[in-house]
Amino acid sequence: MVSETQKRRNRTATRIVDCRLSIVDCRLDAGAAGGSSVANRKSPILRALESVTDPEIPVLSIVDMGMVAHVRIEREKIAVDITPTFVGCPAVGLIRESVAAALAAVGETDVTVNIVFDPPWTSDRITPAGREKLREFGVAPPGPRCGAGQLTEPTHVPCPFCGSLVTELESLFGPTLCRSIHYCHRCLQSFEHFKPV
Amino acid sequence: MDTKAFQSLDCLPGTLREAVINLLYRLADDELVIGHRNSEWTGHAPILEADIAFSSMAQDEMGHAQAYYQMLHQLGEADPDTLAFGRKPREFRCAALVCLPKGDWAFSVLRQFLYDAAETVRLTAFVESTLVPLAQLATKLRGEEKYHLMHGRSWVLKLGVGTEESRGRMQAALDVAYSCALGLFEPTEFDEPLAQAGIAPRESELRRQWESAVAPVLADAGLHVSEAAKPVYGGRVGRHPEALKQLLDQLQLVYNIDPTAKW
Ligand SMILES: [Zn+2]
Repeated sequence: MVSETQKRRNRTATRIVDCRLSIVDCRLDAGAAGGSSVANRKSPILRALESVTDPEIPVLSIVDMGMVAHVRIEREKIAVDITPTFVGCPAVGLIRESVAAALAAVGETDVTVNIVFDPPWTSDRITPAGREKLREFGVAPPGPRCGAGQLTEPTHVPCPFCGSLVTELESLFGPTLCRSIHYCHRCLQSFEHFKPV
Repeated sequence: MDTKAFQSLDCLPGTLREAVINLLYRLADDELVIGHRNSEWTGHAPILEADIAFSSMAQDEMGHAQAYYQMLHQLGEADPDTLAFGRKPREFRCAALVCLPKGDWAFSVLRQFLYDAAETVRLTAFVESTLVPLAQLATKLRGEEKYHLMHGRSWVLKLGVGTEESRGRMQAALDVAYSCALGLFEPTEFDEPLAQAGIAPRESELRRQWESAVAPVLADAGLHVSEAAKPVYGGRVGRHPEALKQLLDQLQLVYNIDPTAKW
């Protein structure tokens, strides 16, 4: 017999698969003059991008983070649009270099990496797999979008360790721009929360 | 109102180009200077969380300044580093509010609250801007700004209703800061063309929205805005308090010794 938890896990797993497919299908645009050689390059390119991690949360790839806005392939050229999590994120330069290096490693050397604000990155772009990895890393994933203009404080964030909702906001700012600090009254410890933006 | 959208900075006709350049200098310089002021609390704030908050906000504001300078660069101005480090005080277009020394903790949190409320009003308006790159950037920045405003508001309320000393210090801070904050909305010759093109609202309109946003919080904190508060203007045309020169001397120190230095 399959438990409720197991059923929930299975549903999550399905969503993860769907999400990855959508990255391949929608966000990797082959240029008009591409042809089959472009199709053959798609999955190595995607795997290369999945190997680039956010240096501040090393368990998540930039694909998990939803930072890869677009990849355009035109003959031997590739243009990758990266939408940064926070405008002042100090890791942007490093991520840009890492993307070029990872693509070079799979034979793609004519690469342009653009930093774009369209589409704007929001925490909604983190994939279900990314959210799960965040939780395993000990950072509570962001909840549904609060609406950028609303002053809703992130209170009662579920504890990533025990799941308790009896938690409180300790500090709106944490060790990196994207994280706040909370305290769990059940397991009596502080935890970090990836801020919804 | 002409609601034609400008898809890129290159679409701007000559007259509006000059107006947008002026607007971007005002936005960028405010962010750079208050970002530097915030960073002066790094290692010195009263408690660890406060230290982290001001350091984080400094990092955010510097990032925002860089994004605006990048847009200026696309419009033919110098590169972001040269704009931040290579200009004289009179070339800056920031308001007096951001120039003032960090003062005591009460002054810094109050200044930050007044500033963030203004930024929120501005960014909310820019989301609807006909200048598409500005609307996109504003959409992004507004999500970050939300946390600054929450932080500022909670400190203003906490200290306003705290002890006699905290309330006294907050009131003293407000007496200085409010006039300077009104100077954030100094009208310029570019207000009309920007408003008519749907790029940015008039400063008088932004000021009205800002006043109605800050008034209830200040009232809840038991703080009173002096009837005599008159806006401190001049920043938008390059007339600044002496404090800006001292700030830039420090901010630009390394660049002035060696503009090609990497660090
Ligand atoms: Zn817990």
